[in-house]
Amino acid sequence: MSTYLGMPTVRPMPAHAPDEPLRWGQSFPAAAHDTLRDTQLRANLRKATHTIRDKRLAVTAELPDWEDLRDAGAGIKASAMAALPELLEQLEASVQARGGQVHWARDAGEANRIVTAIVQATGAREIVKVKSMVTQEIGLNEHLADAGIEAIETDLAELIVQLAGDMPSHILVPAIHRNRDQIREIFDARMGDAPDGLTSDPATLAAAARAHLRARFLRAEVAVSGANFAIAQTGTIGVVESEGNGRMCLTLPRTLITVMGIEKVLPRFEDLEVFLQLLPRSSTGERMNPYTSMWTGVTPGDGPQEFHLVLLDNGRTRALADEIGRTALHCIRCSACLNVCPVYERTGGHAYGSVYPGPIGAILTPQLLGIGGSGVLDPHDPAASLPFASSLCGACYDACPVKIDIPTALVHLRDRVQHPPGHRARPTVWSVALGFVALSMRSGRAFRWVGRIVPVLARVLPRRVRRLPFPGSLWTSSRDLPPLPRQTFRDWWSAR
Amino acid sequence: MRLALFTTCLVDAVFPQAAQATVRLLERLGHEVDVPTGQACCGQMHVNSGFQKQALPIVRNHVRTFAPVLDGQWDAIVGPSGSCVGAARHQQAMVARRGGDEKLAGLADAVAARTYELSQLLVDALGLTDVGAWFPHAVTYHPTCHSMRMLHVGDRPTRLLRAVADLDLRDLPEADSCCGFGGTFALKNSETSGAMVTDKARNIASTGAPFVTAGDWSCLMNISGALDRQGAGVRALHLAEILASTREDPWDPGPGQSGAVRAGARTGPR
Amino acid sequence: MNARSTVLDAVRKALDASGVPDPGPAPRAYRVEGAVAARSTEAVDLFVGRLEDYRATVVRTTSAELPATVAAALSDVTSVVVPAGLDLSWVREVREAGVDVQVDAAAAPRTHAELDAIAAVLTASRVAIAETGTIALDGQPDQGRRALTLLPDRHVCVVAASQVVGSVPEAVRLLAPHPERPLTWISGPSATSDIELVRVEGVHGPRDLRVLVVQDA
Repeated sequence: MSTYLGMPTVRPMPAHAPDEPLRWGQSFPAAAHDTLRDTQLRANLRKATHTIRDKRLAVTAELPDWEDLRDAGAGIKASAMAALPELLEQLEASVQARGGQVHWARDAGEANRIVTAIVQATGAREIVKVKSMVTQEIGLNEHLADAGIEAIETDLAELIVQLAGDMPSHILVPAIHRNRDQIREIFDARMGDAPDGLTSDPATLAAAARAHLRARFLRAEVAVSGANFAIAQTGTIGVVESEGNGRMCLTLPRTLITVMGIEKVLPRFEDLEVFLQLLPRSSTGERMNPYTSMWTGVTPGDGPQEFHLVLLDNGRTRALADEIGRTALHCIRCSACLNVCPVYERTGGHAYGSVYPGPIGAILTPQLLGIGGSGVLDPHDPAASLPFASSLCGACYDACPVKIDIPTALVHLRDRVQHPPGHRARPTVWSVALGFVALSMRSGRAFRWVGRIVPVLARVLPRRVRRLPFPGSLWTSSRDLPPLPRQTFRDWWSAR
Repeated sequence: MRLALFTTCLVDAVFPQAAQATVRLLERLGHEVDVPTGQACCGQMHVNSGFQKQALPIVRNHVRTFAPVLDGQWDAIVGPSGSCVGAARHQQAMVARRGGDEKLAGLADAVAARTYELSQLLVDALGLTDVGAWFPHAVTYHPTCHSMRMLHVGDRPTRLLRAVADLDLRDLPEADSCCGFGGTFALKNSETSGAMVTDKARNIASTGAPFVTAGDWSCLMNISGALDRQGAGVRALHLAEILASTREDPWDPGPGQSGAVRAGARTGPR
Repeated sequence: MNARSTVLDAVRKALDASGVPDPGPAPRAYRVEGAVAARSTEAVDLFVGRLEDYRATVVRTTSAELPATVAAALSDVTSVVVPAGLDLSWVREVREAGVDVQVDAAAAPRTHAELDAIAAVLTASRVAIAETGTIALDGQPDQGRRALTLLPDRHVCVVAASQVVGSVPEAVRLLAPHPERPLTWISGPSATSDIELVRVEGVHGPRDLRVLVVQDA
């Protein structure tokens, strides 16, 4: 083995491939400690999120009925959840009536086994994939690899992530943590047929990906996709994309396998008129994405002649049981909440330690793992730190095209973490401290006396306090203490 | 009007100048201000930290203290904090309901409906934008998240500021970005919060204004802490402190404040 | 219990446990009709402007001039494939210009490799949306199967002014009677924003989209 200069400076992000796509091991504050130090990442994210924010605002402001569309989207999702069993049965029947086969999977392992068996039955050793969050969630590629089947990601960002050995850090743009120079380097080092003299120009990089994947599309016998929506009434499945890799996968192979979470079902074909307006404007900030493909079972003489739909639970029914947290299931994966989130902008997606990062991930991931409803998540589980990874600024709620009240869900899930239903919560530093403070806040009389600690401190402490021991250091690490008053307001008031 | 002041716990104990200014302002405008002594806290810190059960007695105390507004003891309740008024409007009933106290929940909603954030009281209930204030300095305004997104105060605070005589209001870059406070978030996710407030302080300093104002001392505590740490020479003031300032009774920088603010504040460097 | 009944059972139990009341029908106060009237001059203008925003090439023509416009759009290629149901009068001048016009018939479909080697495809369309600059294909004989409009690098697509509606809901309702047809919605050439969210036109799908708008049809 030889090494030479310039050889692999590409290091996977995160450094170690995680075992569980929904839970990587570190708590949010610990992971953010590392990612916040990556100044390149901070710069990449800042540039990208600010670009997309402006675009989204421009195209949503253009529609006079944007708020009506959001209300409709929220309402359709809420009624779909309420009728979910019937809709799923209807979807199954509609797909079967048009020549498709429907499979049900309780969890990730079952879905992976189903997909693997279908691929093995075709004899294919290689499949092409359309970008899909749900197959990331279940770790399908790794499972297929174990069975000797190579899964080729065909979305440009997914391809970058796959070649780099990264985990995705954004729902829409999984390689948002990489800039053009890093991507050039990744292609150069890992893409066998990368052209010589590749530059960092995005158009050149996109052209290299086109050339790399073209032959693979043409020879593919099996494709795997997710679904942006599935219409119960008609059995129509839809995939929204930009590059045409989706069309390639959904059209050229003989066999198509679509894996979708059960929450993606919509009642009627006409519901598309709402979501095909909400989704592109919220996600890429375009009036419409370049390509949307919709298919219903099998069409003789056109596209895949064998179609399988895998309906996946994998924790979704746990979330559904939670009256507040269930709204996370309304998510249409547009990623607008990530793009406006001041926390995400600084920490990046990898700090969330899940394939679902950002504000939506902070409420979805812990619920899929079992925090909502009657579920219990150990407060020391890294995913239990996610509902706290927000300043509750509310920008996500304003941006959400289906009006998921993420701040309220975060606050609700924080309570679930501190008070798992049916379990006695172990005391923590926080519960003891806040319990003590709560005692002083039950009455004006008690608070008056406790408040008088402040003027006492004002006399004891120096005027400028720049450094305190732990836990005060959590504050003084980046801020001074405020100058403290010599008298509380209510003492001033009563002396007036 | 007879107005009950919802002081908020943080202002009562740490930033009394905001409540004092609110009293001065409202009395100058001819209103009668009462400070119910039974009040302590709205419960937001506990709710947002995941301790709704512990918040219940706090919420109960708050709602009971201010319930006389429903019997006409006061015409309205006013709080110099978008966040705490937001908690009264959006959290207290939820906490009561979760605690199984439907009656308290109903009462909480009724009391919250009569509770105003300061700029909303001035503009909506009192119909004012010019409160007769004078503040001859350059100021930049940070719209706090809860006032903006939970209470939808919109441009009320800036309309009030633009009407202040001799005040030079400077646009804040990335104004709508959170300062990173978020209550216990600032401690639990100290480093992320620090990264957010560092950017906020930098944007504020870039305006060249020697003063930054907002409708909430909790955010200002975070912001001014970072400004002081950066040695930016920018002072944080609550909106009420600016609106209370007049030619006759101008804002007083207080004892021991740096001369730079007093002398150099008339026009800040751009 | 098998997976199907386990999942459905879990869904029902979750709905019961959540205690969330049925939200009732969704509010639908949004616009059905677009800001511009379907088939109006304004609709066509808006549609053309939107497509040009996506960097598609748009040519306005008339039914009499269409064969010449098609020929001009294909003047620099040697081969073009058309679906079997296409109005063959459209390709009269192309043929005369010596371009190899291949017809993709159901009985003898071209292989994917053959389609990949053909420079262009010419099709009709089902409906177009002005507000979003979108063309919808529904796989009927004048548009052909999906692979046809995917593999050649240039897609020349004919849209009649009478097919242009204002809004997305108008188009969805027009397509709703035949949800079983494979649908492809096209809004500009293939593109990606995956590198620093900078939009780059031209990835896997046709990199060159040329829309011929027939104003009197």
